Amino acid sequence: MRADVATLAAAVLFGAVGVTQAQQQSPSPSGLGRAPTQAETRSWDISIGPDGAELPPGSGTSAQGEVVFMQRGCAGCHGPTGTEGPAPVLVGAKPTMSTNYFPIAYWPFAPSIWDYINRAMPYDRPGNLTTNEVYAVMAFLLNRNEIIREGEVMDANSLRNVRMPHRADYKGPAPWTPDTRRGFKILP
Amino acid sequence: MKSKPPSRRRFLKKGIALAGLAAAAPAGLAITAPPAAAQTTASGTPDLNSIDAVLYGRRSRFVTTVRAIEGVSHPDRMPPRPTPYRPSARTPLGESMGIITPTSLHFTTQHFYGLPDINPDEHKLMIHGLVDRPLVFTVDELKRFAPVSRIYFLECIGNRPSPNGKTVADTHGRTGCSEWTGVPLSVLLKEVGLKDSAKWIIAEGSDGGKHEKSLPLSKALDDVLVAYGQNGEPIRPDHGFPLRLIVPGFEGIFNVKWLRRLKVVDQPYLTFQEHSRFLGSNPKTQPDSYDFGPTSVITYPSGTHRLPRQGGYVISGLAWSGAGAVRRVEVSTDGGKTYKDAELSGAVLPKAHTRFVLPWKWDGQEAVLQSRCTDVRDQVQPTEAEFAKYWGFTRPQLYAAIQSQLGHCNWIQPWRVTRDGQVSNGLPPIGFVADVHAG
Repeated sequence: MRADVATLAAAVLFGAVGVTQAQQQSPSPSGLGRAPTQAETRSWDISIGPDGAELPPGSGTSAQGEVVFMQRGCAGCHGPTGTEGPAPVLVGAKPTMSTNYFPIAYWPFAPSIWDYINRAMPYDRPGNLTTNEVYAVMAFLLNRNEIIREGEVMDANSLRNVRMPHRADYKGPAPWTPDTRRGFKILP
Repeated sequence: MKSKPPSRRRFLKKGIALAGLAAAAPAGLAITAPPAAAQTTASGTPDLNSIDAVLYGRRSRFVTTVRAIEGVSHPDRMPPRPTPYRPSARTPLGESMGIITPTSLHFTTQHFYGLPDINPDEHKLMIHGLVDRPLVFTVDELKRFAPVSRIYFLECIGNRPSPNGKTVADTHGRTGCSEWTGVPLSVLLKEVGLKDSAKWIIAEGSDGGKHEKSLPLSKALDDVLVAYGQNGEPIRPDHGFPLRLIVPGFEGIFNVKWLRRLKVVDQPYLTFQEHSRFLGSNPKTQPDSYDFGPTSVITYPSGTHRLPRQGGYVISGLAWSGAGAVRRVEVSTDGGKTYKDAELSGAVLPKAHTRFVLPWKWDGQEAVLQSRCTDVRDQVQPTEAEFAKYWGFTRPQLYAAIQSQLGHCNWIQPWRVTRDGQVSNGLPPIGFVADVHAG
């Protein structure tokens, strides 16, 4: 790598935030903005893609997940077995014409469920579960939906290899271009 | 739905009484000490002559239009709410004029409890992922890029005609139109430099559940804005202060509020909100998950309005399309048997509300008023029957389906005028409540 004058100047300018990335990357065309610190990227970047590549270290089992489900606020809204509500049914539900959100067993990729629990649950106190608790709740819900066996440990590796039962139904998104037509072909 | 805006007539009566008192006050009124009766209005707001009112203008106490509070969606399926609970609210389109929605009347919704209260001096936007140089911008830095201001409509995917809607706010109030000021996202993506593998962008908000949505890169490079201004002032907290994404013509849910992060990725991330769209049993769902089709609705006269006597009126309404500009709006006064071209009476802008008007002489007989929009792509707004046929639904199935994953419900909304001048919803009733908000 060539350490040119601009890069060195940027490293000096950034001073206190002078982290590895800031020293390595070239300045933006406008000169505005700065490189994120590694700590910033680590704490902000909570996105988990469908392939689960970003899943963090940690693990949990269905038995641990049942405890989390009962004690950390899940059961209060979804019911003790995830079927009673009032919040959406999590276990054994089938989509109907008036299903507002698809039951998780119909989601094509398990890591997406992990992402949503991690970022948004419990609904009234989002972001309050530890990584291990999220893995444990995942194991509990997948087990109760008969997708994994009792005792199977969910971690980054096992979760991304869970074969969701309706995976084949997912065809992927349609591409979009500025001249994409909507489906209607009803002309006057 | 359940809650009604305050009765306008009641306010007017009170207002007239107060105005009478003010008129009876002695002449040469001192601005600093107006009579007590003039100091507060019917709704308790301070006097127009107060310094506060000079510093930040306010509307006449005789103008009482307010947003319509959303009914509780799926009350049996929602977790316990905090107190106070901030509900969503709809734009009072029945009293709209022109094409700009006043910010304080613009519909608002959120996916998690409460609004974030963000200090703009501390807020940052991170753009990272498949880029040459990830960057963090402050709000001030974003304002140093050449600003662009464009007028675009926003619409919630849950906006839909319904026989149960009493007013046009009930049926179509989940849309608004503003002038948005900000930086084109394409400019910011040049700053970070896209890698060849970049295909999608995920946008994330700072709200409780960190609402996240995947956006095709083709759209991100087209006309998307990272906005900080709405109608000439900083975006208000319920619209995403200090930063939001504006994705013109697309479903409201793409327009991520309280924007904190944009990650460039190689695939859609199938966020929670995407699961209820992509997996519908009807394959027609998928291509419809981006931009809205041609839509229009008559806002005057519309549900709960009353025509005092027969004679000359001007039928007025709004039309819009996610595809671009509105090309034509036709109005029927006989329930769709015949149509006449309406005049597009103001600016005709792509992906913006467009005002249409048509003079009409009411002969005192029953009439059914409705409008039909054609956009620049020659897409034509369907009737309810045409829409149901397209999806292969019976009418009850259609109204069951719109409670869930079926959106983009842009069919024609008729308003029935009875001989006594009362205006009401012209869609035949259905046997169950189907105008719940899909979230």
